[in-house]
Formats: sequence, structure tokens, C-alpha cells
Amino acid sequence: MLELERVLVVYPDYRLRATLKVPTGAHVAVVGPSGAGKSTFLAAIAGFETSEGRVLWDRQDLSGTRPGARPFSMLFQDNNLFPHLTAFENVALGISPSLRLTAAEKARVEAALARVGLTGFEARKPAQLSGGQQGRVAIARVLVQGRALILLDEPFAALGPALRAEMLELVRSTARESGATVLLVTHDLAEAARMPLMILVANGAAEPPADSAALLANPPEALKGWMG
Amino acid sequence: MARRAVALTPDWTGWLAAALAAAGFLAPMGAVLWQAGQLWPTASDWSALRFTLCQAVISTVLSIALAVPVARALARRAFPGRGLLVTLLGAPFLLPVLVAVLGLLAVFGRSGVLNEVLRLSGLPTVSIYGLQGVVLAHVFFNLPLATRIILQGWQAIPAERFRVAEGLGFGPWAMARHLEWPMLRQVVPGAALLIFSLCLTSFAVALILGGGPKATTLELAIYQAFRFDFAPGRAAVLAVMQLALVGAAGLLALRFAGDVTGAAARGRVVQRWDLGTWGWDALLIGAAAVFLLAPLVAVVLKGAPEVVELPAAVWKAAGVSISVALAATVLTMALTTAIGLLAFRVPKLELVVLPGIALSPLVLGTGLFLLLYPVIAPDRVALAVTVMANTLAALPFALRLVLPHLRQAVADHGALAESLGIGPRVWLGRVLWPQVRRPFRFAAGLTAALSMGDLGVIALFADPDRATLPLQVMRLMGSYRTDDAAGAALVLLILSLGIFWIIDRGGRDA
Amino acid sequence: MKYLTAVPGLFAASMALADQPVLTVLTYDSFVSDWGPGPAVEAEFEAECGCDLKFVGAGDGAAMLARLKMEGERSEADIVLGLDTNLTAEAKATGLLAPHGVTADLTVPVAWADDTFLPFDWGWFAFVGLAGKEYPTDFKALAASDLKVVIQDPRSSTPGLGLLMWVKAAYGAEAAQVWADLADNIVTVTPGWSEAYGLFLEGEADLVLSYTTSPAYHLIAEEDAGKVALPFDEGHYLQVEVAGKLAGTDQPELANKFLAFMTSPAFQSVIPTTNWMYPATAVELPKGFETLIQPAKSLLMTADEAQAAREGALEEWRAALSR
Repeated sequence: MLELERVLVVYPDYRLRATLKVPTGAHVAVVGPSGAGKSTFLAAIAGFETSEGRVLWDRQDLSGTRPGARPFSMLFQDNNLFPHLTAFENVALGISPSLRLTAAEKARVEAALARVGLTGFEARKPAQLSGGQQGRVAIARVLVQGRALILLDEPFAALGPALRAEMLELVRSTARESGATVLLVTHDLAEAARMPLMILVANGAAEPPADSAALLANPPEALKGWMG
Repeated sequence: MARRAVALTPDWTGWLAAALAAAGFLAPMGAVLWQAGQLWPTASDWSALRFTLCQAVISTVLSIALAVPVARALARRAFPGRGLLVTLLGAPFLLPVLVAVLGLLAVFGRSGVLNEVLRLSGLPTVSIYGLQGVVLAHVFFNLPLATRIILQGWQAIPAERFRVAEGLGFGPWAMARHLEWPMLRQVVPGAALLIFSLCLTSFAVALILGGGPKATTLELAIYQAFRFDFAPGRAAVLAVMQLALVGAAGLLALRFAGDVTGAAARGRVVQRWDLGTWGWDALLIGAAAVFLLAPLVAVVLKGAPEVVELPAAVWKAAGVSISVALAATVLTMALTTAIGLLAFRVPKLELVVLPGIALSPLVLGTGLFLLLYPVIAPDRVALAVTVMANTLAALPFALRLVLPHLRQAVADHGALAESLGIGPRVWLGRVLWPQVRRPFRFAAGLTAALSMGDLGVIALFADPDRATLPLQVMRLMGSYRTDDAAGAALVLLILSLGIFWIIDRGGRDA
Repeated sequence: MKYLTAVPGLFAASMALADQPVLTVLTYDSFVSDWGPGPAVEAEFEAECGCDLKFVGAGDGAAMLARLKMEGERSEADIVLGLDTNLTAEAKATGLLAPHGVTADLTVPVAWADDTFLPFDWGWFAFVGLAGKEYPTDFKALAASDLKVVIQDPRSSTPGLGLLMWVKAAYGAEAAQVWADLADNIVTVTPGWSEAYGLFLEGEADLVLSYTTSPAYHLIAEEDAGKVALPFDEGHYLQVEVAGKLAGTDQPELANKFLAFMTSPAFQSVIPTTNWMYPATAVELPKGFETLIQPAKSLLMTADEAQAAREGALEEWRAALSR
């Protein structure tokens, strides 16, 4: 379980607080008006933002732990891949940054690429792949990392809605297999609606997760404005 | 209508500007060649070529080798005054050579600060003359440029990539291997070739610090060919060798170079999590600051007491230099604009101005003299010729700085502007200008500063009544007035840095 | 903004008054600078000639000969002023010059019989250092000492060429060895006198090649008696600075007048404290000059000897210092 206790991120012109719990294995959309701090919220969990309060994973306090030592995988809007490395190497980074892999580890990379449908594309560099294929490589890396928490910050932004939905479904299905928890920041309401739970970030606070259907049926003021 | 928006100026203005620039190089070169008799390099020409290459290679390697760790430290660390320090570290590149050499001597000379300290500590002293002196001065000039370019490369690494790296648990080695090394491989060749080209033609440095006949560069040999004997043939041979060398380096640089603007290098520090303690970074930044700023401080300390009592002629010369710098800047930027607005539709057009890096100012000056002499007394056009020579020298840099941004702006918004039917005024004022303003003003500032300090052709054309400030400094030195020369050098320093700062600053506001 | 008003001046010519004849004198830059003899000479001559005296500065002495060759017969100059005897043979060989026709009572320490070039000042080359030390008294002792000297390049400066001739005149066939021995004393070789003297004043060298008259500048202009010229037993080589009339002048009368004026007290008395050299005729020397060393022996090659010796001497020099 992911727990946030009196987490507070302070900026000169705004602050964001959060006290909430996310059950293990939950798939949660993080929604709210743009500029409300959705990405900041995710970054505070990841440790990219310094914050007050405590972030706990399975009762273990992560505060003060550097991002690299926290149990998550994260995907960003772009720049998830290193342009000078092949698809295989980009995935292999998820196992070892030194790229020195045992035979078994190599097999795991092959398997992950196969799982996202990229068998035969191992030797290509990102520039030689389509946007969707690049997204799949990033997902394959999340797969080999095998982390219990997957943080997605408006991922695959460069892709069309249909392709993006397909990518998300791929992430979610692999997460279901491993039992990982998924947090997705999105500005796309339809995309958010497909997630069973929602965290609303608005007015300087992140609300505890609520049932998506119920929230959308009876939207609070902040969400209404956003739904336009 | 739409077509008119993107094609802001009629094509002929661009072609005319390009033709003018090309003629500016070719005609003087031709005039010198015309006088040439003997056309094959002698043994001493080849040895000048060897020394030129040797010092340029060493200077370039050292500049880059030092710039990489300094740029890395600056890219990693946020501290109060960082922006100011980055700006100040750029100063040596803008410095008139004459002033810089005075400063270097005060620090590294036989009775300079460094050797005094060494003597007091009972250590052997170091000499600033000969190859090591030339290299030291070149590193002093070019380390800031290299640092700027490489720092910019560091800051161009997307912030997300650092987060991805941290998320993957990269240690310092993985960081260097997957983030920093690939960036350096892209940025360093361009920076190195640019600095190499600059070191090849550098003249005044070898002139004063060379130390004797063994440290003769091609440009210095050209200078000697024009003295006493007036041997334009030899000068032409040497100039052609130099042109070939720099041309080759320049073409390579153009191929490899990424965006060598350096203009955006004041960006904010990307947050990183792999930083250890300050130790090395502080040492590196401190050492670079001392190396680059101490000579500046020395010039200020030496000149300050003299400034109040400077002869009126110095202030008059300052006025002339400012006029020359402004005129050269206006002309350079006008040509840059005209060629630039054509060059984003005519690929490789900028090659036309490339000889500006390679052409010896002495050959340029002598050629112009030979061309103009039959028509008009050279001293009557001394300042106009100076403006022209400065323009030709600055043009390749200005175009190189502005063109990528211009091309980018057109690529990003050209189609949109056409589809919206935006008129030329809005296109220029609201779309193009805001996007090229920073590099444009940076280029203009650079041109002004370099023109201010240039001694170049004015010495050939000197008009007793309208000396520029660098010429006046030389005249003061030639009349035993070393103290006044130090004061005038400080004025020159302030003017060069000041004019750059004023022009460039406007590009950073808002 | 006020400097912008200077911009039109950029392209304006320095116009002479239309109704006055113009006499153009090609000379070196430091002669015409605000601190050289130029301004005073111009005022004095214009007061008596009813003409416009126009100086054209062409870099330094070494650049003048090149300039003369570059301009050739088209030259607008009427007078060339500032060559020295090491260059006059070559200047004469251009055929651009005419006899000066002036007879004057010259005080140059050698007999003067050149009908093309007329001296206007002269000086002894000497090494200059700080007062209050024991110094060597000849080249060999200098070479044996660990004193550091800064000299000028004989390929680009007249003092540099003068030193080359000095060593050659004093040592003949031994000159190459003297240069080889001197090599480790030479801190650096500068392109011209200004840079060398500047380096010396900055403390970059113990000695600089200059003139016996250099200490007079510091004494008279700065009230500083701290510089001395070193007397050398071999004798001191002379630099005699001369002027000549161009054959193609369109103002032959004025040119003659100027050359005559050049040897008159009005011109000559300006020389010691502006050019810091000895005047070429007997005018009273300013106070302070009496403190200067007076070499017992003067060395000077004739113009033709200098011309003949130059290339070989230069090669010896280059070879010695390239090692």
C-alpha cells in the first residue's frame, strides 16, 4: 500500500498538500485542472520533488530516500529512451545501467520485447522506430524492472488517442499480471474514465482516491470546470 | 500573399548581400595574388605551417579538455551568482588581444603574480614566451568559448532524461556513459573545429608571445612578408596555405557543428540526484574563474589610476572606435539579415561568408589597399575600410549564430503563417523577431565587441586624425607612455565588454 | 548616443583648404601621433609656407618602405620621412626618389655624402636597463651573463634590423656565434620597438634594445633617473633617420622648402623631446641630455654595405635563434 501522510510541496506561488492511501494493485487516474499540480504530486511520490511529510510504501518510510532507491518505474511524456542506444539496450538498462547482462537477464529482455510485440526490432535505435514502437520499448523496460509501483506522467503524449489507449492497456495488462500499482496522470477525461479509481488534484490538495464512475456521475466543482 | 509573408524580402537583396560579402573576400585576395611572382612555398613557409598546426592542435585539445570538466561542474551546480559568473567567464573571448596580453603578462609574465609566488616559494619559474605562451593565451581566449558551447550541450539534455536515469538507478559511470558522453560526442567536434580555426589565424598572440623565429605562424610570416621587402608573392602563397587549412577545418566544423551559439547558456541548472559533495566541482569552477578573471583584474588594477588623467586624444579615439564598432555592427547585421532570409530557402548559402574566418586580415587589408590606392587616398577611407574588414570577419559568426534559429522559426511557423495569410509586418515583428531576437542580439554584441578591439587593417590605412582606440594604445606605447597605454587599455576593455553587454542584454529581457 | 554624431565623419575625407597647395609627407605612425614631432612640425611649417602640410602615417619605419613600393609611381606623397640607413639603398633602387639638393651643417657623427636622403635625427642603439646595477660592457659579456633581454625582430622593425647590423659590424664572421651565445638571454623577440619597450617596463626583461637617449625620456618627462643605457666597448651602431623627395612630386618647390626647413632649428629643436633622438644639426639640447652616455666609437655600415649584408646576417640570426 502507498501512503502519503501530510505531504506538502511548497513553491513560491503555490503549495500542494496530500494525505491519502492507495491500495496495492489499484489502477488510479490522477486528474484535475491543468496547472493544479498533478505532475508535482507524482514527482513528490517519486522523490523528484522535495516535500515535507512522509511517503510510505508497505509501511516503509521513503522520505529522504533518493528517487533511484524507491520502488517505482516511471514513464514521462517523452525522452523515455536514450537515442544512442538500441531498443534492446534501452530495455536492458532496466536490469543493469552498466549493460553487462547474464544470459538469463538477456533472455528476460528478449521476453519483455516479445511481450510488447517487438521481436526482431532489438537492434534498432529509437530514431528508427515509430512513436508507438518507442512507447512499447519503454513499456518493455518497465516490465523488466518489475517494480511494484508504476508512475505514468501523461505518457505517450505524442501518440494519437487510439494508439495511446492501446499503450495504456498494454501497461495495465502487464501490471495486472505482476500485481503492480499504477498511477496515471492524464488530461484526457476518457482515458481517466477507464481507470477504476481517481485522485482529484485541485485547489492545492490531492484528494484520496474515489470511485471513478461515482465521481464522474456527481463531479465536484473543480472537476466540473475541467470537464468543461 | 502567403508566399510573400515567408519570403520577407525580395530574393535579390539576399543575393546582392551574398555577392557583396563574397566580393569583399575575393577582390582583395585577387589583388594580392595579382602581385605575386613566386608561387611555391619555401622551406620556412612549410615550417610556419607546421608550427601553426602544432600550436593550434595543442591549444584546441587543451581548451576542450579543460572546458569539459568546467562546463560539467557549472551544469551540475546551482549557486548564488552563477549567472553572473557564467557571463563573466565569457569575457576573455570578447577581449581585445592587446588588452588580454597585457593582463596575461601581469599574471603569468616574468615578474607576474604567478612567478613572484613561485620565486617566494623557492620553486622554478615558468616562461610565458614561445609555444607555451601562445598556447596559454589561446586557451585563455578559447576556454570560455568552449565552456559556453559545452555547457549549452549539457543544458540541452532533457530534464526528463535525468529523471529516467535516476529512476533506473544510474550511478556516476552510467550517467557519464549514457547521458554525458553521447552529448559530448555531438557537441565537442564542432566546438573543437571552431576553436582550431580561430587558433590557426590568430596573429597578435604569436606576434608578442611567440618569442622568436621558431614560433612563426603563417599569419606572422604573412606579416613579415609585407614588411621591408613588400613581397606580396610570398604573402599570397602563405595566405593561400592558410585559407586551405582553415577552409578545410571550417567545412568540417560546419558538418559536425551542432548549434554553436552559446547564447542560451545561462539556463537553469537541471535538478540531479547523483551529485556528491562539492569538492571537485568547487575546485574546478574556482580554478577556471581565477585563470580567466585574474588577467582582467590585473588590467583593471593597472589601468584604473591612469584613467582620470588620460590625454584627450584617447577619448577622441574611444569615440571613433565606438562609431566604427556600431557601423560594423549595423552593416554586419544588415548583411546577416539579408543573407539569412534568403539562406533558409537556399541551402549552404552561408558558405559564401565562410572565408571570413580564414582570410588573413593583413591580406585583406593589403588587397584593399592595392585596389583602392589608384582610386582614392587610403587614409581618406581608413575608417570605412576598417568597418568593412570588421564586417567581413564578423559575418561568418553572426550568420552561424542567427541562421539555425531563423531556419527553426520558419520550419515551425512558416506553414502556419502561410495558411493564416499573415502579412510581412506581423510575420517579421510578431513571429520571426521574438524567436531570433536572442541570437541576433548576441551576434550583434559579439560583432561590436570584436570590432572595438580590432587593430587589424587600420594600421595600414592610418589617418593621423582618426585613430581608433587600439591604434592609440599602440601609439602611446610607441611614445614611451606605458602608463597612459595601460589606462587606455582599461578604457578599451570597458568599452568592449560594455558594448557587448548593452547590446546582448536587450535579447535576454522578457 | 552622442557618439553617433561621429558616424558621418567615418566617410568624410580630411579635406584640405581648396586654395592652398598640399604637401604630403609619408612617415611612420609615431611621428604623427599626438605625442610625436608631427603636430609641432606641422604648425611651424604651415606658419611659413602658406601651404597645407599633410602627414600620412604608414605604420612604423619598416612598413614605410613597403608602403612606398606598394604605392609606386602613383604615390601622392611628396616626401618620405623616417627611413633609416639600413633601408635607403633599397629605397633608392626603386627609382622613385630625387636628389634633395640641400646643404646643411650636419652633426651626425659620421660623414654624410648621400645626395638622395637627408638626415633629420639620429641615435645610438643601446641596451637599456634599470640604474644601480653592474652591467656587462660588451656583447660577449652579455651573452655570458644570465641577464634577460628583449629584442625586436629584424624582419619587421628598424631597431631589430639595427641590432642585426650592430652585431655584424662589430663581429663580422663571428656574428653567428655571438647570436648563438645570446640566444639563451633573449626572453622574446617582438615585432616592433613599442612592444619590446613595454615588456621591459613591465619587468619582463632586465634589458631592452633601445637607444642611448631612452633614459632622457624618463628623466625629463617623468623625472625618473632610474633608467640607464649600457655603454658597450665594441662601439654603438647608429640609426640615422632620413627623409627624401619623391621624383614624382607635384610640389617640387614646396618639397625642397620642407627639406630645408627640416634642417632648420624650428624643426630640429622639436626632435629631442618628441622623437627622443639627437637632432641632426647643432641646436641646443634640452637639460637632461647631458647625463646620457656618449659612446666613444660609432658604428655604421654604408647603405650599400647594409643592403649587401642584410640577407646573410638575417639567416645567421634565424638559424641561431631557431635552435
